[in-house]
Amino acid sequence: MTYVYLDYNASTPVDQRVLDAMLPFHCQFYGNPSSISLMGRQARAGIDQARQQVAALVSVHPSQVLFTSGGTEANNLAIKGAAMAQGLKRVAWSAVEHPSILRQSAMLSRLGTQCSEIPVDSTGRVNQGEFKRYLESVKPQLVSVMTANNETGVIQDIAELTALKRDVIFHTDAVQAAGKIQLKFEAMGVDLMTLSSHKIYGPKGVGALIFNKSIDLEPLINGGGHEGGLRAGTENVAGIVGFGAAAELAKAELQDRQDKLSALRKSLEDGIKKIPGVHLFAQEVPRLANTCYFGIEGIEGEAMVLRLDQQGFGITSGSACSSKSGKPSNTLLKMGVEESLAATAIRVSVGKETKKQDIDEFIAELTQQAGQFHSIILGN
Amino acid sequence: MTLKLPIYLDYSATTPVDPRVAAKMVQYLTQDQTFGNPASRSHAFGWEADEAVKLARQQVADLINADPREIVWTSGATESDNLAIKGAAHFYQKKGKHIVTVKTEHKAVLDTCRQLEREGFEVTYLDPEPSGLLDLSKFEAALRDDTIVVSVMHVNNEIGVIQDIKAIGDITRKRGIIFHVDAAQSAGKVAIDTQDLNVDLMSFSAHKIYGPKGMGALYVRRKPRVRLEAQMHGGGHERGLRSGTLATHQIVGMGEAFRLAKEEMATDNERIRMLRDRLYEGLQDIEEIYVNGDLEHRTAGNLNISFNFVEGESLIMALKDIAVSSGSACTSASLEPSYVLRALGRSDELAHSSIRFTIGRFTTEEEIDYTIKLIRGKIDKLRELSPLWEMYKEGVDLSKIQWAAH
Repeated sequence: MTYVYLDYNASTPVDQRVLDAMLPFHCQFYGNPSSISLMGRQARAGIDQARQQVAALVSVHPSQVLFTSGGTEANNLAIKGAAMAQGLKRVAWSAVEHPSILRQSAMLSRLGTQCSEIPVDSTGRVNQGEFKRYLESVKPQLVSVMTANNETGVIQDIAELTALKRDVIFHTDAVQAAGKIQLKFEAMGVDLMTLSSHKIYGPKGVGALIFNKSIDLEPLINGGGHEGGLRAGTENVAGIVGFGAAAELAKAELQDRQDKLSALRKSLEDGIKKIPGVHLFAQEVPRLANTCYFGIEGIEGEAMVLRLDQQGFGITSGSACSSKSGKPSNTLLKMGVEESLAATAIRVSVGKETKKQDIDEFIAELTQQAGQFHSIILGN
Repeated sequence: MTLKLPIYLDYSATTPVDPRVAAKMVQYLTQDQTFGNPASRSHAFGWEADEAVKLARQQVADLINADPREIVWTSGATESDNLAIKGAAHFYQKKGKHIVTVKTEHKAVLDTCRQLEREGFEVTYLDPEPSGLLDLSKFEAALRDDTIVVSVMHVNNEIGVIQDIKAIGDITRKRGIIFHVDAAQSAGKVAIDTQDLNVDLMSFSAHKIYGPKGMGALYVRRKPRVRLEAQMHGGGHERGLRSGTLATHQIVGMGEAFRLAKEEMATDNERIRMLRDRLYEGLQDIEEIYVNGDLEHRTAGNLNISFNFVEGESLIMALKDIAVSSGSACTSASLEPSYVLRALGRSDELAHSSIRFTIGRFTTEEEIDYTIKLIRGKIDKLRELSPLWEMYKEGVDLSKIQWAAH
């Protein structure tokens, strides 16, 4: 059975060109980048180049790029690092953030930082007017709002929010947005931004925190002066080099990828809409071109996803990180979706390797499975 | 056969990825391979990746005779050290706020302890003996009723000396103190049996034993159970102890590296020891050289020598055909003399003129012979240029000279 992967928001395969860039750094340029010897300098040069490539993706100076072990670490460093360095009393984030933001609250509370959630509207976005009132009433010193949501793909107009802030540190988790829409750090008006390599056809285990250098951060990992003293540990040279190569490709191919993904999703959604009882989430607002989030009335998302796996299609019923939990999507609940409908949610996320034929086969299978489920439910 | 220059004698700084390891890693990256997110529970792409992670966890556990459930993946030994020490200190702080460690620990341990001091913990930094080893009675005397964590490295990164972890663990276990061991430099070089050692937490690195950089693990004992406060929050990976998408290829690489280490450690060590002894024999009759650290209780591949009357930096420059370290790689960009050698009681001058040779799996006899010849020649030349050497040869006692400012 050939297997069709339609879960690009969970992780992407590494682009062959990215792998080609990484390979020499395993067995050939293997020096420790902290070493002043020739071999150390070769490794260092690989990191320097990658820093430029990642910087270019979001239009910042390379010195504003701090490499981490992934998006989760970057999100932790952004919030905890700033809260600890500056003794912040109040931080706030949108109600639909990734768990790597949401689950920092317990530790932050112990450190004396109050955490609160900014509500989202029924489209999954933080409303500008609401945000203004929120800033005035709660007075958070740091705010985190993601650029695009991992489940719904909904894109938040970050610049619209940052335009309202005064003396507030603004962080955005751009893990899902990077490589799918254009990101300009300055124009977005943010102070901190999280990126991940394995969502843009780079290797897992690498990410970056893009930072405004006027923001004080406290390292979460101590020991040695790596990454300007902000993140200790021997650098994952091959991984960083791969991330750099992936970032360069993402920038160069952005338009092509967008065009391709939009076309794929259009045929996907055209097909899905024909299924009785289907509900597409957040389709009326700007979304990432690759993400389709929907539910079919009466059919539990988890059950459908497992059935489709047996038929050779890899999709998910929630975000991969929490798909163990068995609870309906937090994002949908926070958007005010009924629990029964939220439980039907299925996410299909296409990528640059997806083919039109994959979509056609998927729709055919989904339609058939939905029919079978419905006939069981209706008892005929 | 012509030698490929530079000759790599810096295996304690990092190692090349073994080609067999690299070959395994590339099966978990691209589209036609197992690239899924191991946390994806809803499809075969995720399950296959998860299977690979499971196998690697077993391989790492096997090398140290642990249960796979005792292995927590991290981004490297530095993160493991941070998670172990901060995690245990935060979790057990109601029992006390005192930590004991040693001055010759890796920066990852020392800087973590400094951070905890800023948070209100009290840390005792023990002096090792001139051999680099701990005096156990002095160690025991440093323990207090409010001591909650002890951190002592297994093998020192600069001088390769092996601490008596078993004896230390027996002391800490009796007193109910959490014992953390940084084993980044010992895994694959010294046998580790967690069933036999009373170690509670142990940090490992992949890139010191022919695995990839950016990958590590923390051993967390289950019986008796050791608790930690997580430092990285998110999707709840690694039983909630360390969130973040698992880097399948990196984990597979670490697993394979540990498997190879288990299989080949004995033969590797024998060959490496032979090469190290050959290197030492080739250098030992040079006048005024000092071996740093105990030669008996030491890993097979490490030789750390101070060349008196030779300036460290010029020595490194002169030796550019061989990749070696002066001080540890992590601090070699700074010009401070090695704090490890200073802690052994070496003078600034001797610490400055030290070279760490570390031999590994791919070192050859020819490379060692070339190195011996090169060093002998360069030391002679550098000393010819040194007025201090001239004075020493004339019998002047340099320690008695009062240098005047001018």
